[in-house]
Amino acid sequence: MTSPPTNYRYLETHEWHDLQGDTVTIGITQIAADELTDITYVSLPKVGQKVEANKRFGEIESVKATSDLYTGVSGTVAAVNGDLASNPGVVNRDPYKAGWMIKVKVTDPGQVNKLLSSEEYLKKTGH
Amino acid sequence: MLKRTPFYDFHVAMGAKLVDFAGWEMPIMYRGIIDEHEQTRRSGSMFDVSHMGRLQFSGKDATAFLNRVLTRNVGGQKVGQSRYSLVCNEAGGVMDDIIISRDVKSWIMVCNASNRDKLVKHFGDARRQSGMDFDMADQTESTGMVAIQGPKVIERVGDILPLDIRSLRRYQFETGSLMLTKFTVFRSGYTGEDGVEVVIPAKVAGMAIKMLAGKMDKPDATIKPAGLGARDTLRLEAGMPLYGHELNEQTDPLSAGLAWAVDLNKDFIGAVPLRKIAQDGPRRKLVGLELEGRRIARQGTPVFRDGRTVGDVTSGTFGPTVQKSIAMAFIDAADAAEGTAVTVDLKGTMNPAKVVKLPFYKRAS
Repeated sequence: MTSPPTNYRYLETHEWHDLQGDTVTIGITQIAADELTDITYVSLPKVGQKVEANKRFGEIESVKATSDLYTGVSGTVAAVNGDLASNPGVVNRDPYKAGWMIKVKVTDPGQVNKLLSSEEYLKKTGH
Repeated sequence: MLKRTPFYDFHVAMGAKLVDFAGWEMPIMYRGIIDEHEQTRRSGSMFDVSHMGRLQFSGKDATAFLNRVLTRNVGGQKVGQSRYSLVCNEAGGVMDDIIISRDVKSWIMVCNASNRDKLVKHFGDARRQSGMDFDMADQTESTGMVAIQGPKVIERVGDILPLDIRSLRRYQFETGSLMLTKFTVFRSGYTGEDGVEVVIPAKVAGMAIKMLAGKMDKPDATIKPAGLGARDTLRLEAGMPLYGHELNEQTDPLSAGLAWAVDLNKDFIGAVPLRKIAQDGPRRKLVGLELEGRRIARQGTPVFRDGRTVGDVTSGTFGPTVQKSIAMAFIDAADAAEGTAVTVDLKGTMNPAKVVKLPFYKRAS
């Protein structure tokens, strides 16, 4: 199983955040993807929509359950992964790279540092 | 403390993800729900269903007692025959759905794991009230049970077991012996595919499982293990009810489309209110829904038509074989006709859907 990348930051609700410049890419961890099992649908916001830290930005569905998706950072949605509409299973197969969900242009690049490290995330989620 | 079936070590060895199901530690999946679902439809899967209740009835009044508590008339049931039936409460609400099988000197009832204790108590109360003379033995924990389902199963299992499985008809069962171990094979299932369900003594389960399914961990294995996750997507596509979803004590079998399993000419617990419902016609009906798009309508999702609430969803998933978002729902009788356009409220988003006949999937005969 892929370990959560150490250069990403995390929410306890299993979303990873990758800061590059003033853009944060968000997705879910392998742990979350495995828990959901085969993903059938990902509901994402539109480009230009504003998102707020610790609020839900979308929903992810599998044959087993539907879960909310949360963002740890505030900003404007700059890009959305269009692949997921036709190929939601990519989140199960490659959650940390090809399974990315949204890119957020953040108002405060320092905000991402307040999130959990990969070690803290694993500890908090009991792994 | 969760209970473990005789196949627990097997689940661990095969990499199962284990969860608490009705107080038992059960595999929800091994390789993935969709993988296991497709494997079942294409070839074969083995499911551990040992957690389900297995009760044996014998003695002078056993048949009369079963006719008292079951909706189905078992008087004419032949030895070697199994039948689907309901157990109802005094109001005609469903306490459980079960399979009742007639053996030479006894009856075998298989019930849902979650209702086993409730039924044992109910049958005990009914026995006391009726004064009937019979024995009831709970064999759940001294036996193991597996469901082996899929188009290639009969041939494969037929090669292994010393029974003429191929000539066993659907809903027939037979008892046999292999290496001094008694086993019972039912030609029945809960997936919409052909297959068998096998009961064996708990203490030989570990050895037996290897014999029954050969080398299950090879990539090209004919039969591979499957868990409760796939069991649910399979039965949903096949339009089969699940207790706690389509069936519960507030729901009668007639509304749930199970009139064929109810003999209203017989006197049984719940018959009087059911006769009234049959006379007036059920107020609500269980139907299938096909949603537009890929989003899933889960249990409890409200269903609307022309701005009115007309029902609610009991089960929903994205069917891996039919490749559609499907659901079962109770809809007001007047709005339940096939083809009716409805909307389902998915957490505030109104998603179009249409009423369709069950099942969503039928295997090629």
